[in-house]
Amino acid sequence: MDLEFSPEDLAFREEARRFIAENYPKALRGKQDEGEELAKEDFLSWHRALAKQGWIAPAWPKEYGGPGWTTTQRFIWSEELARADTLPILPFGINMVGPVIYTFGTPEQKARFLPRILSGEDWWCQGYSEPGAGSDLASLRTRAVRDGDHYIVNGQKTWTTLAQHADWGFFLVRTDPESKPQEGISFLLIDMKSPGVTVRPIITLGGEHEVNEVWLEDVRVPVDQRIYEENKGWTCAKFLLAHERTGIAGVARSKRGVERIKNIARSEMDGDKPLIANPFFKRKIAELEIDLTALEYTELRTLASEASGRGPGPESSLLKIKGTEIQQRITELALEAVGHYGAPYFRGFGEGDNEHPIGPDYAHRAAPTYFNGRKTSIYGGSNEIQRNIIAKMVLGL
Amino acid sequence: MNFSYNETQEMLRDTLARFLADTYDFETRRKMIASDAGRDPGIWRALATELGILGAPFSEEQGGLGGGAVENMIVMEQLGEAIAIEPYLQTVVIGGGALRAAGGAQADALIPQIIGGDAIIAFAYAEPQSRYELHNLRTTAKKDGPGWVLNGHKAVVYAAPWATHLLVTARTGGGQRDADGVSLFLVEANRPGIVRRDYPTVDGFRASEIYFENCSVPDEALLGPEGGALPLIEKIVDEATAAVCAEGTGVMRRLHAGTMDYAKQRKQFGRAIADFQVLQHRMVDMFMEAEQSASMTLMATLKLELPDTERMAAVSQAKAKVGKGLKFTGQSAVQIHGGIGITDELAIGHYFKRATMIEGQFGSVDHHLSRFERLSVGD
Repeated sequence: MDLEFSPEDLAFREEARRFIAENYPKALRGKQDEGEELAKEDFLSWHRALAKQGWIAPAWPKEYGGPGWTTTQRFIWSEELARADTLPILPFGINMVGPVIYTFGTPEQKARFLPRILSGEDWWCQGYSEPGAGSDLASLRTRAVRDGDHYIVNGQKTWTTLAQHADWGFFLVRTDPESKPQEGISFLLIDMKSPGVTVRPIITLGGEHEVNEVWLEDVRVPVDQRIYEENKGWTCAKFLLAHERTGIAGVARSKRGVERIKNIARSEMDGDKPLIANPFFKRKIAELEIDLTALEYTELRTLASEASGRGPGPESSLLKIKGTEIQQRITELALEAVGHYGAPYFRGFGEGDNEHPIGPDYAHRAAPTYFNGRKTSIYGGSNEIQRNIIAKMVLGL
Repeated sequence: MNFSYNETQEMLRDTLARFLADTYDFETRRKMIASDAGRDPGIWRALATELGILGAPFSEEQGGLGGGAVENMIVMEQLGEAIAIEPYLQTVVIGGGALRAAGGAQADALIPQIIGGDAIIAFAYAEPQSRYELHNLRTTAKKDGPGWVLNGHKAVVYAAPWATHLLVTARTGGGQRDADGVSLFLVEANRPGIVRRDYPTVDGFRASEIYFENCSVPDEALLGPEGGALPLIEKIVDEATAAVCAEGTGVMRRLHAGTMDYAKQRKQFGRAIADFQVLQHRMVDMFMEAEQSASMTLMATLKLELPDTERMAAVSQAKAKVGKGLKFTGQSAVQIHGGIGITDELAIGHYFKRATMIEGQFGSVDHHLSRFERLSVGD
């Protein structure tokens, strides 16, 4: 048992820090600082820089293009990314469909899709939830009917994040309507440019266009784009959900969030002192930090047991619940800290609009971020569902 | 003891509720907010002339309905249920309250205009550095011949783009945070030397940053005692705080009712999600928060005329409790709705946004806890 980093780990940290400093796109940094809306190209510029270095997929096995890092190195890397406040790498290709493909795919599927996920050539989205199938994902009704070498897919998906940019989507579809809900589902990769695919925006409370509805009307999907066996898609889905949950703790990002709140509270005045001197506010930051440390060391214990051969199990639901609660508290505190200047609605910079937004820079997005952050306890299996998983799978109730 | 509304009060509530149900549906509100002006002036006109409710808290001699704080509470709760963006709080509760308290020629001239729907007043009290401290003022008013000259920056002034008049707090003496030297002015919104930057707010209103740049106002603009207006301002803000507690109660009731409706319809795992005990308990907690908010609002409203410290203690207890309730109820409503609760399409998310803004309006939970602590247990 040891909490200290080895000299090798410390050297790795230096290398990681230097790489980010030298390679993080400057244009992106500027846009982030100004709170500008980010385009597809913005996300991709950082993705490509990491792909070139071979660091885009820290968790992937080396044979598929991972860097071969230890668990500790991966931890250090995520800390350094958060420290530098880099744009998160979109999870749909790297963290979600990639691991499904290298775990369950055929050699042909691996060769066809994995390199393009790594390079960023293909932008992926996730077609899981449906209007009638949220927490009860297995009740999904999108149908795929076999027609020779193709499936013909009909249905509607929703909450599809950034599908407006996507080249490919991974979808859960029903291939056997007769069997039990979980048993008749298959995992299909669908080219988003296929005829019959329509993406419609859903605007959220902060005014963002982040999520979409995806309509599938007689979409022809070659059978070789099905991952794993027909009607066994739920196995892939469960595997993926567990993977999604480990990243969802977001410890490093939350540490950065706590620092940001401290900085806001140092700038905001409360009477004749900065807000950070207010005992109520200080106490809330302290409590948040303690909970974050508890989450961090719980995650480290999970990573350590993963490193010793156990895959992420239902314990990861704990990380999801506590991680998202902390993320939400950070957005609450930020909004509380900015006081009156949480109210002005900043719509981002329109064309030809170069007026400075109202209030201090750190206040512009405080309210929309708080509103938008409510999604974290809903998506990826709501926190109620996660508690059910712990009750059933961990506690055996 | 009697907590029932009298006949006139019931009529006020029912008339307004019916009017809002008929004219203020979610789609209409959305269009109003998206329009250039950000409101429909016809609604305000109708509130004045058809319903006559803008006179609710004014005496009959002034042309009003002869009510007071309870009438404001009734109106604000209904406006909360409709998440209405009408400037009743700013114009009638705050502006009207200041004029009633100060009296004089200004009051005689302006109160009929308020009641008739011709005057809209915005309250320019916050400043970038002030947070919730009412006497933390950098805006100055300097004596200049027969009048005053105003200079300074007022922050996030709700309803200012629509206003005919601004109620402005300014320093006529003393240092930035002194209790003495604070004065109150009522100035015409279109006076030279007033620069506005208008913008929408996250909860659907319009607001402005207001810059006074050597703005000359006549002597009559001074409302209340020169340099000694802080107690008056504190009272007005306490009345406004009780009013937003009432609005918050209305918002919470709708958050709860909307969530109940949705949970009964939404089916997952082969049954309505309202069947799940974990959600039932959450909805019970929402209900209890809304009920306690109604109780605290009533308590504070009935204590607004007590001596200062009792009034302040009552209002701070109410706002601290209501603020917590708003956060819990808003977050729970969104959580039980799931993803659809965060979309712009459904009313519930808009109630959540207004709930969030009321939470901080006239002081956060922490601010009111601290004020109550000081009054109850001392420093």
